[in-house]
Amino acid sequence: MSDFIGRLTGRKRKSAYQAKERLQLVLIHDRTNLSSTVLEKMKDEIIEVISRHIEIEPDTVSIELNKDGREQRLIADIPVLGPKKKR
Amino acid sequence: MAAKVITITSGKGGVGKTTITANLGTALASMGQKVVCIDADIGLRNLDVVMGLENRIVYDLVDVVEGRCRLRQAMIRDKRTEGLFLIPAAQTRDKTAVSPSDMVRVCDELRPEHDWVIIDSPAGIERGFRNAIAPADSVFVVTNPEVSAVRDADRIIGIVEAEQKGPAQLIINRIDMQMVQRGDMIGTEDIVDLLAIDLIGIIPEDENVIISTNRGTPITLDGKSRAGEAMQNISRRMLGEEVPFMDLTIQAGFLKKLFTGGGSKNE
Repeated sequence: MSDFIGRLTGRKRKSAYQAKERLQLVLIHDRTNLSSTVLEKMKDEIIEVISRHIEIEPDTVSIELNKDGREQRLIADIPVLGPKKKR
Repeated sequence: MAAKVITITSGKGGVGKTTITANLGTALASMGQKVVCIDADIGLRNLDVVMGLENRIVYDLVDVVEGRCRLRQAMIRDKRTEGLFLIPAAQTRDKTAVSPSDMVRVCDELRPEHDWVIIDSPAGIERGFRNAIAPADSVFVVTNPEVSAVRDADRIIGIVEAEQKGPAQLIINRIDMQMVQRGDMIGTEDIVDLLAIDLIGIIPEDENVIISTNRGTPITLDGKSRAGEAMQNISRRMLGEEVPFMDLTIQAGFLKKLFTGGGSKNE
């Protein structure tokens, strides 16, 4: 909310907040050595494997890295449409 | 006695490793502990000047490792603080003059007769840093509330873990509460949240640190400075005492609130 008001009044977000946000992303990438390009490629490959067995909608799949203490977790959210239709 | 070996490291240079090493050593010794500080920054020695012992160096760490003197001979006794010793780094050699196993050997020789060995690590993640953490029982990672220092600290924490020397403990140095309260400096809670390790000390920005290093007198010897007090608190925590973190919040005065109050209306 303060961010919204801040933008309305033309004030910049606090720099400490920006520092934290930027560090969050940088640290995850430093720790895993995974770039967003590799992550995208992995996502495509996962979609391909899963699509061989069940019906999914590729556009709804999300795969992201999350931080849990000093551990990194790869979280995949893949909505399932139904069983694979036999051709 | 069986000394505990603590390595002070950071990744990034200039965050305060040497000052903290000198002051933790001084504080622990003034509490009756027997302490040896080792400067592991070979080629760029500085712990000697910060401790004010630069004029008394005869032998250094490399002389010990290469057998030109006995360990005892390279230990400079601090005359102001009973029980405090310094083993200086060599200035005219480089990091490869010492190996990780040399460091383990030196520390093992020191362990029986002392309570603490505190190693001042060089910046970086190369040989000098590897030397410094090899004998460590615990590692203290120093950072500043700044993106580059926090990022480097995270990298170091990961390496310390991978080397089975973890979990490291965190010292946040040079925090400026006025800037934190203004929203222009990452706060201690956010840093701890990002790095996800235990905190052992928060040291406020304090110009007395520069004054004391100008003089070569560790700031913990001067009872009145905030930074000195913060470092004394760390040493008490090292001795197992439960010491709460200092309250660093700054209460704005009435007049200041009146005149700057307009700026915070939009928060």
